[in-house]
Amino acid sequence: MSPLSRREFVAAGAAAGAGLVVGFYLPHGMRSSKQSFSPNAYVRITADNKITIVVARSEMGQGVRTALPMILAEELEADWKQIEIEQAGASTLYGDQTTGGSASVRTTWDPMRKAGAAAREMLISAAALTWAVPRSTCAAQNGNIFHAASRRQLSYGELAGKAATLPIPTDVMLKQSKDYKIVGQHLARVDTPSKVKGEAMFGIDFRMPGMKYAVLSRCPTIGGKMLSFDDKESKKKISGVSHVGKISDSAVAVVADSVWGAMEGRRLLNVNWDDGPNKELNTAKVMDSLKQAAGKKGASLYSAGDVSKAAGPKVSAEYQLPFMAHAPMEPGNCTAYFLGTTCELWAPTQVPQDCRDSVAQAVGLDPDQVKVNVTLMGGGFGRRLEHDYAVEAALVSKAVRGPVKVLWTREDDMRSSTYRPASLHQLSAVLDGAGWPVAFTHRIIAPSISGQKGQPGPNGIDPDLPDEAAFVYGLPNVSLEYVLVETAVPLGWMRSVYALQAGFASESFIDELAAAAGKDPLEYRLHMLAKDQDIPFFTTTWHTARMRGVLQLAAERAGWGKPLPSGLFRGIACFGCFSSYVAEVVEISMENDAPRVHRVVAAVDCGQVVNPSILEQQIPGGVIYALSNALRAKITIEKGRVVQGNFDDYAPVRMDEAPVVEVHAVPSTESPTGIGEPSVPPLAPALCNAIYAATKKRIRALPILS
Amino acid sequence: MAEITLRVNGSEKKVSVPPETPLLWVLRDTLELTGTKFGCGAGLCGACTVHVEGAAIRSCSTPVSQLAGKRITTIEGLGANGLHVLQQAWIAEEVPQCGYCQTGQIMTAAALLANTPNPSDEQITQAMNGNLCRCGTYERIRKAIRRAATGGAVAAGGAQ
Repeated sequence: MSPLSRREFVAAGAAAGAGLVVGFYLPHGMRSSKQSFSPNAYVRITADNKITIVVARSEMGQGVRTALPMILAEELEADWKQIEIEQAGASTLYGDQTTGGSASVRTTWDPMRKAGAAAREMLISAAALTWAVPRSTCAAQNGNIFHAASRRQLSYGELAGKAATLPIPTDVMLKQSKDYKIVGQHLARVDTPSKVKGEAMFGIDFRMPGMKYAVLSRCPTIGGKMLSFDDKESKKKISGVSHVGKISDSAVAVVADSVWGAMEGRRLLNVNWDDGPNKELNTAKVMDSLKQAAGKKGASLYSAGDVSKAAGPKVSAEYQLPFMAHAPMEPGNCTAYFLGTTCELWAPTQVPQDCRDSVAQAVGLDPDQVKVNVTLMGGGFGRRLEHDYAVEAALVSKAVRGPVKVLWTREDDMRSSTYRPASLHQLSAVLDGAGWPVAFTHRIIAPSISGQKGQPGPNGIDPDLPDEAAFVYGLPNVSLEYVLVETAVPLGWMRSVYALQAGFASESFIDELAAAAGKDPLEYRLHMLAKDQDIPFFTTTWHTARMRGVLQLAAERAGWGKPLPSGLFRGIACFGCFSSYVAEVVEISMENDAPRVHRVVAAVDCGQVVNPSILEQQIPGGVIYALSNALRAKITIEKGRVVQGNFDDYAPVRMDEAPVVEVHAVPSTESPTGIGEPSVPPLAPALCNAIYAATKKRIRALPILS
Repeated sequence: MAEITLRVNGSEKKVSVPPETPLLWVLRDTLELTGTKFGCGAGLCGACTVHVEGAAIRSCSTPVSQLAGKRITTIEGLGANGLHVLQQAWIAEEVPQCGYCQTGQIMTAAALLANTPNPSDEQITQAMNGNLCRCGTYERIRKAIRRAATGGAVAAGGAQ
């Protein structure tokens, strides 16, 4: 499968609330032995009373190595202190392992619970058989089975051998949320100590005997090719450079026995490039192409009533957003060892299965001849949904017949990446006599990420939009439309994907409507959410009541409506994506025409919170990431090349600009939904709405400080 | 190639590398101390921060030839006897998300506390502003520094 279809599959499954029955298949011979009880691919209990839980998603900071095992341990009635975590590599046992779309918890919630419950029931049966008592008199608790009447107990380790001989139940009872002991607790993340000691193994840290290092010289012009290269200087002047060779049509690898040697070798490499068809491409031309495409009819994403029939004063506005780069702290890298009939990878990746499949294709092996080990990632944000780094590493390893780590520099990451698509948004609304909207139109004009990767969605609708472009207000006439535009600029999925663009345009425009009506922006939104309504959008059904809930909670905690000290101003916005609802209130002051954000109050409804501590990391994390995007993130193209190169001209928020972020979750026992991305979209509009409150100036293009 | 003797985390290490090699790559590739991270290669992000003679420096931009005989401390040597008080505070405040930048953050914070045992908010911001975190953990970093600062004496610098 391609990266796209995986991502699409995950999103669709999550949105539908599908109870995915994955991971229960066990290949012959892997099942339990006397020493090891392993009723499914997610959990293993050994006679020494060790419980190993397998995590089949990738850890990039979002806490899956803690949260997913908590879900299984809850149903298992395990003692959390007993649990050991094992990271799965690319496998056929776990269904789709793509880590993206804020989907890890929402798509594994059912399989992890069922896996834990099945093991628990088998352990209860094993104890009942051992004691020759009815099953119903035995109970599982804290890693033991108890028989109250006889005051006997056996540990899971003691029961593992017997449990392994029992049939695996096909249907199991799941716990009720009121009985949860692990899910919902502020449990410390399992990976924190190793990360503060410098012991955590990120992709860049992996090493093996004989391993060489490679950096690649990639064509700086989008779509260009290598014509020839001269490596005399590299080989003559830099000791340790062992190989220089073409790796693809547009890249030359310099291999050395140290990273520094490879970097220096590349510095002295002379490559003659054919700039190709995009050598005159620049950002202005891309934005022009969006404006031209705006005249075309788009595909309908959603339609209610008939916007063309609504009568009354009309308000219109255009919004636009630039290309942006993910810029995770750990630059791209991957280690590969090609051995002729096998290839092993150590990859910081969100898509181990895509790495496996694309590497197999690139080096001429079958997928099952490629082994992918998943390391920790120093941030992902969607950049590692690509697999370019893995293919490069495998090709270089094949060329030099030995283990190689390919490493990207920051400039490589900034200039040879995939980017959040630039977009144009046309919005209009018809207001009634009191200024309330009776019709709302949002046209999203943007390139399609998946379309560019060769897999457009049905009707030309980018397959991410169903998770990211909903309009959760109960208006009688609504039209949401998508106009697809082609671009040569490489596109990628960046944290919250199209929700950032859709949320910025939509929630800024609603503020415009409130201002036009002379109404309070919170009151204006609540009015549109006043009636309980279900709003189906592709496979997700949104509820106005839940959006109202987060708006009211954020407003209440932020003290909306109460006077602020002189010089401080507020803005508010809300958005729903990845099946979660988030509202944010941003407090700012203006200093030299630039906003300073002091406080952000975020309210989230993501169903059952698995680990509040991780929620309290992810929501502020998304807010700060979004603030970087809103203030300065902009990738520009000149002469077909990306201009920005490092953290000086692509400058994320540092401590001096970071506001205090307060997180409030709506208590809920609904199935959990995403938390990694949903706090991103409301930030920019809430901030720009605060700027409007301060200055009466409306910001309709990001970044704010351009 | 140059033969250089480094004093890293209290031990002498002889390395044979081109003299202009940044300390970062000597630590990571030659001495296998991978707790110090590569983020930007240009002194812009702070992920590569280590101590030289107790001062926080960017190892990605410091040629190893300048460091012969100087006391170098990396994250691996920060807590001479178990965890440094800042590492403990980082765990207590659950600071890391992806964790990649955090060793550099801790090294910068350790140098701050060594000179300014009870820093003001402004001093914390000033000291930490060179360290980027894309996960946005700044608020918890500030809390952890405050916790360490008020938690008693700070043995900064570690093994030297």
